[in-house]
Amino acid sequence: MYRYNDFDEAFVRNRVADFREQVERRIDGSLTEDEFKPLRLMNGLYLQLHAYMLRVAIPYGTLNSRQMRQLALIAERFDKGYGHFTTRQNIQFNWPRLKDVPEILDLLADVEMHAIQTSGNCIRNVTADHFAGAAADEIEDPRPTAELLRQWSTDHPEFQFLPRKFKIAITGAPNDRAVTKAHDIGLRMVRNAEGEPGYEVIVGGGLGRTPMIGKTARDFLPKADLLPYLEAILQVYNLSGRRDNKYKARIKILVHETGLDEIRDRIEAAFARQKRDFAGVPAELVSAIEEAFAPPAFDNTQSLAFEQAQAADPVFRSFVETNVAEHKNPAYGIVSVSLKPVGGTPGDATAAQMRMLADLAERHGHDELRVSHEQNIILPHVRKADIPAVYQGLREAGLATANIGLVSDIIACPGMDYCALATARSIPVAQEISRRFDELKLEREIGPLKIKISGCINACGHHHVGHIGILGLDKAGRENYQITLGGDGTETATIGERTGPGFDAGDLLPAIETIIETYLKLRDDASETFLQAYRRLGADPFKQAIYGDGGEARAA
Amino acid sequence: MAREYKPRIVTANDLIEGDVVYFTAGREWSRNHGDAVVAYSQDAADKLLAAAETQQHRVVGPYLAETVMGDDHRPGPVHFREAFRTRGPSNYFHGKQAEA
Repeated sequence: MYRYNDFDEAFVRNRVADFREQVERRIDGSLTEDEFKPLRLMNGLYLQLHAYMLRVAIPYGTLNSRQMRQLALIAERFDKGYGHFTTRQNIQFNWPRLKDVPEILDLLADVEMHAIQTSGNCIRNVTADHFAGAAADEIEDPRPTAELLRQWSTDHPEFQFLPRKFKIAITGAPNDRAVTKAHDIGLRMVRNAEGEPGYEVIVGGGLGRTPMIGKTARDFLPKADLLPYLEAILQVYNLSGRRDNKYKARIKILVHETGLDEIRDRIEAAFARQKRDFAGVPAELVSAIEEAFAPPAFDNTQSLAFEQAQAADPVFRSFVETNVAEHKNPAYGIVSVSLKPVGGTPGDATAAQMRMLADLAERHGHDELRVSHEQNIILPHVRKADIPAVYQGLREAGLATANIGLVSDIIACPGMDYCALATARSIPVAQEISRRFDELKLEREIGPLKIKISGCINACGHHHVGHIGILGLDKAGRENYQITLGGDGTETATIGERTGPGFDAGDLLPAIETIIETYLKLRDDASETFLQAYRRLGADPFKQAIYGDGGEARAA
Repeated sequence: MAREYKPRIVTANDLIEGDVVYFTAGREWSRNHGDAVVAYSQDAADKLLAAAETQQHRVVGPYLAETVMGDDHRPGPVHFREAFRTRGPSNYFHGKQAEA
């Protein structure tokens, strides 16, 4: 794992000291809110509906047990005993008091963490495949690149005041688990015909008000050219991105309005200049980062414990089926820990659960944990023989829900239960759906299905790329929910299509149930997933089922 | 035609706690919606908001929200967002609902 060097350490400590003074000056009245707001946002501090919220960066979703324990401590001491893991692989604390925030930031700095650039019109936390360094299908671990980008983008003087926020995601595997095509820049690690490593560079993706699938600016960018090329993209965006309208300020709009060819030409021209002046990343820096992400010392001792436990316990077997993925080392497995218990809040973990996760990572997981954009926690390196023990620990902590990738593994943004921007609630919708499908006992029968819920048009809940997407809106003073179908966040990324008019809160669950019943009725057989069936059948049978023959009576 | 004026109160968040607060007749801030002073005309609302805005050292982001008198003859929320703000989140028994 990457460890802070003296520069990182001093930089983070200085920022905490600065912010401590800024908070004091706000409280004693020397700073107005207008003056203070940009300063607090630069340090990840938002004001939400009921309280402040601190968003803590978890770079590329990777953390160790010591860091997880510190998050537990903060949750206990300054929140109400829990934290909320987000779709950007971060964690949010919902109840900090303003005067306590500098102390929280100090506690974070003690474990090499911070909340810098988790808000504002800058380059945000770089996200990555949560199976990085472990996945069987991986070409290369994307995290050394993600860490290089973190260092490059943190406090980058040229890119602190972009037209709008800027998000970069990277994957090192052909199966895209990082939603790279829905980011301002998506990077996919590839090799060219000569076998040299490089990146496919995708620009202009994004969800929100105007969802767009990113377009490929470069099929193959040599590894050494990454920073000058990204600087070129950011320069073009910084100069030409719209600042007149915040809803049109993301790079996706610039790419769309200008056209890919023209944008590509401008990027290439800027790149030629950048490259001329770029001396390259110092080799010792690159090798130090790469060393920090060297694979752990795998223990290849095999035993029959894993197979025996599966044979003996059908509940464990079904956990393995959904929650354990193939590791590049055949003696190992990747364990996904669901933060979606039946009726729970997607992405929430209590302090006790965080400590259990830390203990399990330390004892059985080479001290590594990941946060996935699907709001779950991953133990990326668990020896198969140890998985039964990990499962036992998870059960004790209420973390053994066996539903990864199924109907109740729902992404939901905080919605109007917390967020000041939300137009409707999303958490209760997720709770209701997971309770209902638990009652029906249909989850395994339905198979892989991604439901994603956002409580406003900004789409933090990724609803556009949900197989079933739900968007909560305020319709004349009532919570009303639009449904989209057929979205996909992987390498075959697609924006879902709206079914039609939205549903009031009480009518939404029956509509979702009807959609799923329709799928079960019309699928070829159990091997045809919801998404495959939707692609084959189109939207019509589903619309027909929820709205009836031309009648849209139930919807408003 | 001018839109019909609807009664309003001023609400904000407490500077330190972040908790939802309401502006009272005594130019103080209460945690309870029922304590809010009601502006019955646009002119009164403008003045109330201006008075609240001078208290930036105590609160953040004061704004006007529509209100309606409840059975207890105290002002209550109209929009669901404002109703949630009087209670707290619906997924946990936290916030105002737990403090009442």
